[in-house]
Amino acid sequence: MTRRDWALAVVIVAITLAVGLRSPVFLTPRNALDIANDSALLSILVIGQMPVLLTRGIDLSVASNLALTGMLVALFGKLFPGAGAPVLIVLALALGAAQGALNGWLITRFELPPIVVTLGTMSVYRGAIHLVSGGAWVNDQDIHASIKALPRAELLGLPLLVWFAAAVAALGWWLLRWRRAGRDLYACGGNPHAALVVGIPVPQRIRMAYTLSGALAGLAGLLWVGRYAIAFTELATGFELTVIAACVIGGVSIAGGVGTVGGALLGVLFIGVINAALPVIHVSPFWQQAIAGAVILVSVLLNSRAQRQAGQQILERPAA
Amino acid sequence: MSTSSPSSSDPAGVLCLRGIHKRFGPTHALRGVDLELRPGQALAVIGENGAGKSTLVKILTGVHQPDEGTLWLDGQPLRLQDTHAAQAAGIVAVHQETVMFEELTAAENIFIGRQPMRGPPGLRVVDWATMNRLAQQVLDEVGAGFDATTPVNQLSLAQRHLIEIARALSHQARVVILDEPTAALSQAEIRDFYGLVRGLLARGVAVLFISHKFDELFAVCDNYVVLRDGASVGSGRMQDASEPELLRLMAGRSIEQVYPLVDTQPGAVVLEARDLSHPTEFDGISFVLRRGEILGFYGLVGAGRSEVMLALMGLKPLARGSILIDGQQQRIRDAADAISLGLAYVPEERQRQGGILDFSVRHNLSLAALAGPRHAVKGQVSRGPWLSALRESALAQRLIERLKIKTESQDAPLSGLSGGNQQKVVIGKWLGLEPRVVILDEPTKGIDVGAKQAVYQLVAEMVAQGLAVILVSSELPEVMHLAHRVVVMKRGRQVAEFQRGEVDAEAIVAAASGLSRNAA
Repeated sequence: MTRRDWALAVVIVAITLAVGLRSPVFLTPRNALDIANDSALLSILVIGQMPVLLTRGIDLSVASNLALTGMLVALFGKLFPGAGAPVLIVLALALGAAQGALNGWLITRFELPPIVVTLGTMSVYRGAIHLVSGGAWVNDQDIHASIKALPRAELLGLPLLVWFAAAVAALGWWLLRWRRAGRDLYACGGNPHAALVVGIPVPQRIRMAYTLSGALAGLAGLLWVGRYAIAFTELATGFELTVIAACVIGGVSIAGGVGTVGGALLGVLFIGVINAALPVIHVSPFWQQAIAGAVILVSVLLNSRAQRQAGQQILERPAA
Repeated sequence: MSTSSPSSSDPAGVLCLRGIHKRFGPTHALRGVDLELRPGQALAVIGENGAGKSTLVKILTGVHQPDEGTLWLDGQPLRLQDTHAAQAAGIVAVHQETVMFEELTAAENIFIGRQPMRGPPGLRVVDWATMNRLAQQVLDEVGAGFDATTPVNQLSLAQRHLIEIARALSHQARVVILDEPTAALSQAEIRDFYGLVRGLLARGVAVLFISHKFDELFAVCDNYVVLRDGASVGSGRMQDASEPELLRLMAGRSIEQVYPLVDTQPGAVVLEARDLSHPTEFDGISFVLRRGEILGFYGLVGAGRSEVMLALMGLKPLARGSILIDGQQQRIRDAADAISLGLAYVPEERQRQGGILDFSVRHNLSLAALAGPRHAVKGQVSRGPWLSALRESALAQRLIERLKIKTESQDAPLSGLSGGNQQKVVIGKWLGLEPRVVILDEPTKGIDVGAKQAVYQLVAEMVAQGLAVILVSSELPEVMHLAHRVVVMKRGRQVAEFQRGEVDAEAIVAAASGLSRNAA
């Protein structure tokens, strides 16, 4: 863990203790489980977003992808009540991956800026929900029983939703820390020109990052619909910004090449703790957004100050 | 099949190039390059800036593909469609500008994309321990005194260079391209470096050596090829060659024709810097600059010269020190302050920092006046609060004529101009500010000889008109022929100051690369 990660962890613990002092209910296992459950969906999306940010890209379409995939699997479940959970999971991953792959293809094939492409597909995917659903909601009674069971079923005392998040986090860590393809992503974002020169297949890696982000958005869509037992057009609107916020707070650089899974998860935890703590100490939900925003600004400010002070090392260091 | 062109004799050596051409838009960067690399021998590729050396390196490393001509590897035709193909063919380059991933460790920089792996197939993971061990071995081999797990952003430029060399060594390469490999190394480091190159040659590696320093070419190389204006104009054995002969081949004209005579008498002091210091980049820089004077700043790449200039322009915070203009101490907080005091800065990487390539020549020329903080300056392009197209056009026309810029019209995009004319536009726009001190940072980097001459002429005219010029350059002949005085910097410190004609090239190079210091 870096010093920055430790500092964030200390802040999270401090907030938790301070709120716990005022209302001890905040420190119960029950509340911890609530925070974990609420953070699970966010963390799946963050693990998808992070590789994209590492390449100097951004994926604004994740919330639309999540909602479209959620709607599609909900409709599929309604049509085919016999389908089992594995089929639904594979379907959600595939639908999400397809949408992500489209982003990656547009970006690399036409050399378009990721922010423009994903801003476009964000609207396209959101609009497609209308097309497939006719604007109608899929309500609790029409949602496939397996979809609803998926996030709630328990394994070793923890809901499956949390296990999914843990598995995704482990997968992200494995990819970004231990696989060549993952290390290549750091190179692609850290110095795109140099990445080409040393022979990294940059476009291929970029497509991989967006496809992964899409697949995880699809998985999150399935779990989201199961957890809240509803699918509708406006599902998770604006959630992509929370995802990016968690990444930035967790030390993932928008400028590419910097970030760890551990840091990003701390960012998720921070948002989870803040969101759970503010109602407990009677702060209105309107303030919650403003506070999350302020935290992003502060963390970006600290990052850039640290970078600016460093400068280059030209002078010889005094001999030790 | 019979061969059609006289230059396509039998391809010999490990790597052979015949009739290579490359065009970029209107620029014909390479027009017929022939060369041969033999195992265990070093080939010097000699040429002035802009002669096509960088383009040649990019073709050999698969970054660009030639428009015409053939490459042969071991007598077989070779196509390098991308950088991967070049690496697969065993061709590795140590670049002039280090190609590094700042956030990753030295070890990862050496092995990125080809890390040692372990575990079952399909689930193979990066073997960090082995990678760090191998990286440490090869770093020790090149005499780098730092740990393989150090992040690159904590290392100096010279140390980064060693990583590049270590990367080439670790590749088991058959052809190693060394592009100005010693530009940032001190004299002692250069001596170690010769040992490394000889080690490569002893292993049967073919080396392509690009350098401006003749002493190192004579020390290391077996053969040479001279490039001029993108074509091979001479080749032979190094031991049969002499420096004046090579110089004549490179320039195709004598030194006297390239450099204008600068015989202005410096007047009153315009700018004085006292003890300028930055926490990590430079320390204790003091100098004076007079009217009608050219002050050269010479040093190795990464010696901190540009950083001092950025500080003068208020673009880098100073830990200590003061700047005096006309004897008055001034506080320069940003570039607008500097400009209003009469300072103008033409940055080093002109395509990235200097000119807007998609803008027309006119709009590029009016940029500086547009941003100028004083109304008198803005008045050249505006009428009251409004931009005046008429005045803007008149200013552009004045500058185009004064600088003899070759362009179809004021409306042509800057990207369509040749390198030298682009440079004239980038320098020329600052004259719209009516500055008193002009700072030129590597003004002739990457432009051809003709364009260089135009830039030198421009500099000579500027001082003749009473401007004071700071010329930051790594081209020794440039500072020696143009500057009245030369300040030499090394590792962020000012190590010497010379008058024109007082010393020879060797003394200046020795000061910049620290020979005297090591001897002491």
